[in-house]
Amino acid sequence: MNGREMPVTVDVASLLAVENVSLSFGGVKALSDVSFDIRRGEIRAIIGPNGAGKTSMLNCINGFYHPTQGSITFNGERRRRMRPSAAAAGGIARTFQNVALFKGMSTLDNIMTGRSLKMHSGFFWQLLRHGPALKEETAHRRVVEDIIDFLEIQHIRRIPVGKLPYGLQKRVELGRALAMEPQLLLLDEPMAGMNLEEKEDMSRFILDVNQHFGTTIALIEHDMGVVMDLSDRVVVLEYGRKIADGTPQEVKRDERVVAAYLGLAHEGDQA
Amino acid sequence: MNMLYSIFVEPFVLMGSAPDLLIQTLWEGLVAGVLYALIALGFVLIFKASGVFNFAQGIMVVFAALTLVGFHEMGVPALLALILTIGVMFVLAVAVERVVLRPLVNQPDAILLMATFGLTYFLIGFGELIFGGSPKQMITRELYLPQGSTDLDLLGGLVRFQHIDIAAAVIASLIIAILAVFFSKTRIGRALRAVADSHKAALSVGISLGQIWVIVWFAAGIVALVAGIMWGARSDVSFALQIVALKALPVLILGGLTSIPGAIVGGLIIGVSEKLGEFYWGSLVGGGIETWLAYIIALLFLLYRPQGLFGDKIIERI
Ligand SMILES: Nc1ncnc2c1ncn2[C@@H]1O[C@H](COP(=O)(O)OP(=O)(O)O)[C@@H](O)[C@H]1O
Ligand SMILES: [Mg+2]
Repeated sequence: MNGREMPVTVDVASLLAVENVSLSFGGVKALSDVSFDIRRGEIRAIIGPNGAGKTSMLNCINGFYHPTQGSITFNGERRRRMRPSAAAAGGIARTFQNVALFKGMSTLDNIMTGRSLKMHSGFFWQLLRHGPALKEETAHRRVVEDIIDFLEIQHIRRIPVGKLPYGLQKRVELGRALAMEPQLLLLDEPMAGMNLEEKEDMSRFILDVNQHFGTTIALIEHDMGVVMDLSDRVVVLEYGRKIADGTPQEVKRDERVVAAYLGLAHEGDQA
Repeated sequence: MNMLYSIFVEPFVLMGSAPDLLIQTLWEGLVAGVLYALIALGFVLIFKASGVFNFAQGIMVVFAALTLVGFHEMGVPALLALILTIGVMFVLAVAVERVVLRPLVNQPDAILLMATFGLTYFLIGFGELIFGGSPKQMITRELYLPQGSTDLDLLGGLVRFQHIDIAAAVIASLIIAILAVFFSKTRIGRALRAVADSHKAALSVGISLGQIWVIVWFAAGIVALVAGIMWGARSDVSFALQIVALKALPVLILGGLTSIPGAIVGGLIIGVSEKLGEFYWGSLVGGGIETWLAYIIALLFLLYRPQGLFGDKIIERI
């Protein structure tokens, strides 16, 4: 990381700048020369047909994948390779397309793991559950209880999450990401597989997080109505390339986007 | 007819008519069972957190005991030797993480299993090189472990309790209890269960897999050391101990690879059935039941409940 040579092109308002990122798996090009930025405080949607490279993009941002080319600048620090733990420590939290929770653990414990990086008490105090460890555990429990109240999941606090319906699991996963108090929250299809009411709840939570806590959000979502309602700006990917970038209104009128989504409608996919 | 009588009737008549002998046998079975449970626990910890079937767990028991006795033979006072051995188990955990797990992460399970074969032969070779291959005496007295025995008058007969067995049962139970609290109530324990459930989710909240792996391998090393001391005190310390350590295998089949309660209950069941089998039915087949009964029980279990008593993962065929 060479923080000294800060790129001039990066807008100070940008929390994240993706520059010319390409990513391939063997012969498959998941991303080709993609550039866009995410401004502080905005909700930035990433849309596109299945296999367009949206999830791969998030994986690059939080360090799961390392771009074959290009760079990612987060908070003024430019990186080519970043480890997931460094991304988490830097304030990037995420949820997964196919919920990745700790299935054997309760809702409470799942969300508590989001506090991992903020807890520091030593091994032996923890074992004794005494002194600093107990105080620390209590303080973090309070934050977690607030998140549980915010997400209206008090009634499932003690239930192992593997037993919960899918919609609630997605909510717990959001809670775990919020517990990290992230600067940038990456949401990978948070409403996939939800019914209308659950979608409305989730939309409300996402807006609240953005407005009340000022959290910057990158949102992958297929439901165009949701995207239009929630996002400030939209990036459109197709076959690993960026084909459009702008406000929801601009993007909706873009010919290539319309074409991409018409093609998709033929395959019978939702969106 | 006579055969059926001696299988199905005589042993139970004997149990009823001499309950003191039954208690004696049960007690010995329980002590062996607790130690089996301890060894199996080492396996379960490592399997849960890193998905590695650690073939070397048995040899770690021998290696830990050998290191302890070896240090003492070099003139190191017993308690200091104990601390040094704990240090060696920590270094081993760090080395395994650096040299084996980190480079091989995301490789197929079979490759990681092979790596633990490698670790097994490394530990045997290294242990023999440094401490020699001949059997050694466990430094029981020097570690202030009790010796001798107490005879209790129970149900019309004397039942003998070896003090070292009592100590083994108490210490093993204590370790199991500490581990249970550790895993359910602390941040590191939570992180450990998280890693066991989903690597990518654990990484996304900033949990370091490397740190967790070092912790579980160290915990497994400590558990191996305790098992080695206790078993060594009952026989002696040599590579023959790994036969005992291999009993963890049937225990795991019974208990499930991923279940800590399973390891405990499985250990007790195997320990008790072995001793009962040997004492009441052993003479029918000329003795030696103890060496194979556990595997027969495990085999039967595999047929009817391949995921184990509490386990949630079916053991894959390799
Ligand atoms: N780990 C991987 N290994 C191989 N190919 C991958 C991997 N991850 C993604 N891909 C490929 O990259 C392309 C983009 O996938 P993805 O990012 O999941 O798309 P989206 O989220 O937009 O549906 C697909 O062709 C997919 O098969
Ligand atoms: Mg995707």
